[in-house]
Amino acid sequence: MLSGIPLLPVQASTLAPQVDALYYFIVAVTAFFGILVAILVTAFALKYKDDTGLKVGAPITGSVPLEIGWSLIPFFVAVAIFAWSATIFFQYTRPPENTLEIYSTGKRWMWRFQHLDGQREINTLHVPVGRPVKITFTSEDVLHDLYIPAFRIKADAIPGRYSSIWFEATKTGEYHLFCAEYCGTRHSGMIGTVYVMEPNDYQAWLSNGGVTGGSMQARGEQLFQQLACTTCHLTDGKGRGPSLAGVFGSQVKLTSGQTVIADESYIRESILAPQTKLVDGYQPLMPTFQGLVNEDGVLSLIEYVKSLNGGAGAAQASAAPATAPAQGERR
Amino acid sequence: MSTTAAAASPVTYLNEKTTVASWLLTKDHKRIGLMYMLTVTLAFVVGAVFAGLIRLELATPAGDLLSSDTYNRVFTAHGVAMVFFVLIPVVPAVLGNFVLPLMLGAKDVAFPKLNLLSWYVFILGMTVTFSAIVMGGVDTGWTFYPPFSTEGSDSNVMLAGVGIFITGFSSILTGLNFMVTIHRMRAPGLTWFRLPLFVWALYATSLIQVLGTPVVAITVLMVALERFAHLGFFDPRLGGDPVLFQHLFWFYSHPAVYIMILPPMGAISEVIACFSRKNIFGYSFVAFSSMAIAVFGFLVWAHHIFVAGISPYSAMVFSFLTYAVAVPSAVKTFNWTATLYRGAIWMRAPMIWVFGFLGLFLVGGLTGLFTASLGIDIHIHDTYFVVAHFHYIMVGGAIMGYFAGLHFWWPKMTGRMYNDTAAKTSAVLVFVGFNLTFFPQFILGYLGMPRRYHMYPPEFQVLNVMSTGGAAILAVGYLLPMIYLTYSFFKGEQAGSNPWMATGLEWTTQSPPLPHNFADQPVVTEGAYEYSKREMKVA
Repeated sequence: MLSGIPLLPVQASTLAPQVDALYYFIVAVTAFFGILVAILVTAFALKYKDDTGLKVGAPITGSVPLEIGWSLIPFFVAVAIFAWSATIFFQYTRPPENTLEIYSTGKRWMWRFQHLDGQREINTLHVPVGRPVKITFTSEDVLHDLYIPAFRIKADAIPGRYSSIWFEATKTGEYHLFCAEYCGTRHSGMIGTVYVMEPNDYQAWLSNGGVTGGSMQARGEQLFQQLACTTCHLTDGKGRGPSLAGVFGSQVKLTSGQTVIADESYIRESILAPQTKLVDGYQPLMPTFQGLVNEDGVLSLIEYVKSLNGGAGAAQASAAPATAPAQGERR
Repeated sequence: MSTTAAAASPVTYLNEKTTVASWLLTKDHKRIGLMYMLTVTLAFVVGAVFAGLIRLELATPAGDLLSSDTYNRVFTAHGVAMVFFVLIPVVPAVLGNFVLPLMLGAKDVAFPKLNLLSWYVFILGMTVTFSAIVMGGVDTGWTFYPPFSTEGSDSNVMLAGVGIFITGFSSILTGLNFMVTIHRMRAPGLTWFRLPLFVWALYATSLIQVLGTPVVAITVLMVALERFAHLGFFDPRLGGDPVLFQHLFWFYSHPAVYIMILPPMGAISEVIACFSRKNIFGYSFVAFSSMAIAVFGFLVWAHHIFVAGISPYSAMVFSFLTYAVAVPSAVKTFNWTATLYRGAIWMRAPMIWVFGFLGLFLVGGLTGLFTASLGIDIHIHDTYFVVAHFHYIMVGGAIMGYFAGLHFWWPKMTGRMYNDTAAKTSAVLVFVGFNLTFFPQFILGYLGMPRRYHMYPPEFQVLNVMSTGGAAILAVGYLLPMIYLTYSFFKGEQAGSNPWMATGLEWTTQSPPLPHNFADQPVVTEGAYEYSKREMKVA
């Protein structure tokens, strides 16, 4: 029976072997110190045992060199672990260029994913092997957490802001996808499967995906018309609202005098709470679209705004690298 | 040493007055300590029953014993009962209340009426919180994260919150009382560096209780205001920030871990010195490490929220400080180990509990190196790895330390001995049961099993079954002391004033002590652990 117990999860991303190597190192370090103390305690307990209770111990009160030694050695070991950990952590926070963008919304108790071409799926996620994938996500209600153990990644889905994770899958197969932040009744049912596919199979899946309503960009454009955004956000910049061409990823000056980078979170905030960070030179005329457009719609609108930057790589021209995106932006 | 005190003086704090009113209106720290012991034991039994339900449910992957809603209420009740009503008060309020004035050579704590008030506030808070559990329960987890706790949950969040708010004041008042007592009530000659290390530990703990608890009280109040008055502190739809709650909550709740573990560490120092018949190795380093842990403990809270969207740079600072706080804990462990060297180790029951503590605390502390690591915490955050880690510290460390202290001071508290073999058996059962319960959870966590899961994928079952089996052994280990200690209270053989031949002022008065502790004011002329200068003879 014991041989049937797995000890490590499958390594299926580029980060997984690195995380596991650090894990082995800490296992070795802690085992060394743990066994050392255990051996000493056991040896002393056996050697200096006294059944009468009437003897007294040696008059030893301490040793300053020993104290300094066993303060400094653990400290340096800890600093070494810290430094190694931090280098891995920065890989988590800095996705490579040209990631495949996927958007997701967590909602009690399901994960919805949207691909740029318009495919939508619930509690399943199809990704190609060997290509960096970045998932940008938020929550529609309470906190959730997107966790894929085989890739060793997770991040909280926080209502009101975007988080992101990235991974490059290294092995085709099916892997667990969990919600790791407690979210109420069916928290343990908020799970799904990640399908890592060969690039060709992934392309085939994309084209058989039964897309309705076109790509995310097309859906965004449609919403942009329907919600009458076009009335004010004229492309020539003469409207009551600023032109959105070239805005994504740029520095925007606000009426408060501050500048912000127009990333996903800023665009989202400007749609749902337009008065919070008003662009310099414009009147606070825009109404909130809270309740008129859902999180998936907001993501499509963002994708459309990105496309207004022009050029084929627009969707990838994320503001991400400048803003340490894996953890989302604090406001 | 006064070997005949117990026989010569029949008046004790237990038999001076015996009416119910004399207990409920007592200002005697020793009686208040015993009253806390009964209340905390009751909360422990409640928390343990809920723990049993969790382990039974998790024996199979399907959710076949409880509904999901019930399961969520059960693990919340387990956490709330254990954290707020067992782990935080267990050592300071029970053992601290009983022995602190005795250790200082004082008649009582500085504010005896306030001490009684603390107990009543505790009872009130516990009644309110437990009534929330009885009236249908709470399903937010003991962490009460918004927006689930403010908007998402329709359970008795408010009532539980109010109960915890009230209970906090009991903790603040006890901390305040102990600090003043330690400053003002020391016997002549009892300088700071002659204080027993348990007193240092209580002092450090009191500092955290006084400084940290108001923060969690305010935070709970903010949740209440958001829930009822829709003031937007935490819910983004109201303009709030859910991560703000996590900062405020952990600003208290991380130091609260040190409220739980520092006092047992202090008790361990007392027991280890006594049963090794030696000075504690590096007394001042052990004393200052308690203070260092109390101070650094306030600077590490954000290591609970590495994946909650905090800036990577602040995450690095908090990770580094977390590694820094590991050093004083390591120093203590090395000093305890070195204390055994060339001792004369008397293997009585309290010492067996100490060995259990050392083993479990070691695993708990060392696995903290994994959770503090930024690269690894992303993977193991909110998994069973974390569940195992904090149980090793908070149950393996704190409860083992409590039992070590309880078995050490029991003869003083009751004037009677317990069955040594039964007590050793219990310590071994707890150690074995605990490891079987929680060690598999480290593996489960690294495999990726998230915590607070009612149902789980079938490949995790074998490890979960081991865990459930271990919990059964653990339950027997915890039940035994209730039996042999109760028997000892009524029928145990007379202990005499100092059955362990221990140093320390508490052992110079009779067992159980006089109502006002000492017949004459004790005077201190030497350090706390001068065992090697003693002539040992059976009391």
